[in-house]
Amino acid sequence: MKLKRTLLAVAIAAMAGTVNAQISDGVIKIGVMNDMASLYVDIAGPGSVVAARMAVEDFGAAQKGMKVEIISADHQNKPDVGSQIANQWFDVDKVDAIFDVPTSSVALAIAEIAKKKGKAFINSGAASSDLTGKACSPNTIHWTYDTWMLANGTGSAIVKTGGDTWFFITADYAFGHALERDTEAVVLKGGGKVLGKVRHPLNAQDFSSFLLQAQASKAKVIGLANAGGDTINSIKQASEFGITKGGQSLAGMLVFISDIHGLGLEKAQGLIFTETFYWDLNDQTRAWTKRFLAASKGTKYPTMVQAGVYASVLHYLKAVEAGKTDDGTRTIAQMKAMPTDDPLFGKGSIRKDGRKLHPAYLVEVKKPSESKGPYDYYKVRATIPADQAFRPEKDGGCNL
Amino acid sequence: MTEIFGVPTQALFGQLLIGLINGSFYALLSLGLAVIFGLLNIINFTHGAQYMMGAFVAYLLGSKLGLGYWWSLLLVPPIVGATGMLIERLMLSKLYKLDHLYGLLLTFGLALIIQGLFRNEFGTSGLPFSMPAELSGGRNLGFMFLPNYRGWVIVASLVICLGTWFVIEKTKLGSYLRAATENPALVQAFGINVPRMITLTYGFGVALAALAGVMAAPIYQVSPQMGADLIIVVFAVVVIGGMGSILGSILTGFGLGIVEGLTKVFYPEASNTVIFVIMAIVLAAKPAGLFGTQK
Repeated sequence: MKLKRTLLAVAIAAMAGTVNAQISDGVIKIGVMNDMASLYVDIAGPGSVVAARMAVEDFGAAQKGMKVEIISADHQNKPDVGSQIANQWFDVDKVDAIFDVPTSSVALAIAEIAKKKGKAFINSGAASSDLTGKACSPNTIHWTYDTWMLANGTGSAIVKTGGDTWFFITADYAFGHALERDTEAVVLKGGGKVLGKVRHPLNAQDFSSFLLQAQASKAKVIGLANAGGDTINSIKQASEFGITKGGQSLAGMLVFISDIHGLGLEKAQGLIFTETFYWDLNDQTRAWTKRFLAASKGTKYPTMVQAGVYASVLHYLKAVEAGKTDDGTRTIAQMKAMPTDDPLFGKGSIRKDGRKLHPAYLVEVKKPSESKGPYDYYKVRATIPADQAFRPEKDGGCNL
Repeated sequence: MTEIFGVPTQALFGQLLIGLINGSFYALLSLGLAVIFGLLNIINFTHGAQYMMGAFVAYLLGSKLGLGYWWSLLLVPPIVGATGMLIERLMLSKLYKLDHLYGLLLTFGLALIIQGLFRNEFGTSGLPFSMPAELSGGRNLGFMFLPNYRGWVIVASLVICLGTWFVIEKTKLGSYLRAATENPALVQAFGINVPRMITLTYGFGVALAALAGVMAAPIYQVSPQMGADLIIVVFAVVVIGGMGSILGSILTGFGLGIVEGLTKVFYPEASNTVIFVIMAIVLAAKPAGLFGTQK
């Protein structure tokens, strides 16, 4: 049996010429790790695995004689669980690269492991800008978005259009604090003022009390430095308490299209936030989304995180092909050296600190009357060019 | 403007009212738990899942059959209550002779299974549910803007809570129920079908949870997790009020809603823990709870 497999590998390698000369055990093994059952299942989850599979197909691995395998696992948003899976994947299952990994605490833990073991880690789902800042690594690339980009995109756009007094409703843990800090800096820099802030526990059901405090502050903008269910509930209840009708506006600091779907346009209309991918951007994104829906046999449209998994797997495979190796550290270096090009994020590049650069889009949620079909949710108000969307390399504190 | 501890009185009134609204949900849910525990001696950990089912069935009635909020309010409690009766007949009824712990384990396991199934089918982002047109909007009370729907929640839950208390404590049917828990054999000897009465009681408790679920759907997120997040607090409410005490659970529900509301003004970070701190204090001073009687 073992002999047979070896023979097969030899045969494939021979067919592929020299390409596979440096591929460990003749197989490029990709691990997609994310939240499969809880808070973030709709932004990443099984949809990310579908996206990874599409990337392997579109790359044409089979035609090129490269053998690519995808496995996936649920890290339950716990750093210890994620670390354990990563160790097993790298040591026992011979995984060459880990993708996705939402939840910043888990992502930071895995970045450390990948660095120690010389493997590749390409993150799409996590938010913390520390991944390319003080926690940057020669083995990590951060693809889709980060806290600095969200704060900068949404914060500065709103201050510029007159929203110069803010009140923050912040989730009381590391991610919320980081988002609040980054946004506050942007607001102050733009000449705005922060009138107050309130910290709420994670997974709070009722926000009416916090909203009432925000209302009493008379701030023009209420910044929601939280995510997922907390953001959905804040927005839902803000509309109930007539906050937007009273002239105050809401700014979601981290909002995904799946959140808008959960809210419904009636409640979400007028909300402004930043994304790096929207399915209805152009012909290419529309065509890809159609295929994604067919492949996932579902009705849930892709999020930017899932799009990021597709684009990053595609670029990773190109780098493996060009570099003729699946060694983690060398492939990451190769990925940074090559320009990126894919149908979802367009042409782009990867900076030395591991930050992938592409444009970001400031979007506004449509009114129910403007929406013409399923998931027709956004108006793109502004495009922030790639060189301005992300934190300048010198400010990140990365020592690469 | 006058201030109390640095907080304007106006804001304080607003927070008190909001506490009362949240208290309505606590009261409705803990009432169901109290009825079930008082009459069946079952610690119903499925309660949160059944509250969640209430919201989901309302969503499904709306999206599949086009039935609005009021129809849901009418139809959902009996539908979810019926599933509860099925669970009671097929599983819970086998456990009455055993320790409380077995009922707790069974209902806890069921809750996990039900939540898992819903999560598999609907994801976790939650689903939209619109407010009935009659109750949207709100009125300015001078010290705060009160959404009409929240006002409705307070009134409806007060009526339901007091109604339930009245039926159980003051009517003949209620006296049968109470007698059946004291001494089922004797009551059966008088020709009353005790097992059926117990099944109906469990169904009623579950229906109360489902009703709370429907009322919550327009303001909270309709998601598989919604019950799990709430149920722990509600259990604390029941423990503080005294396990099985109907009036105790109603009063504690409203009372703790207000305490929690005030915490959100003075020290928001503690708003999730304040109820448990109170629970610890009450248990240390009065182990049977504020309104419970030592058995």
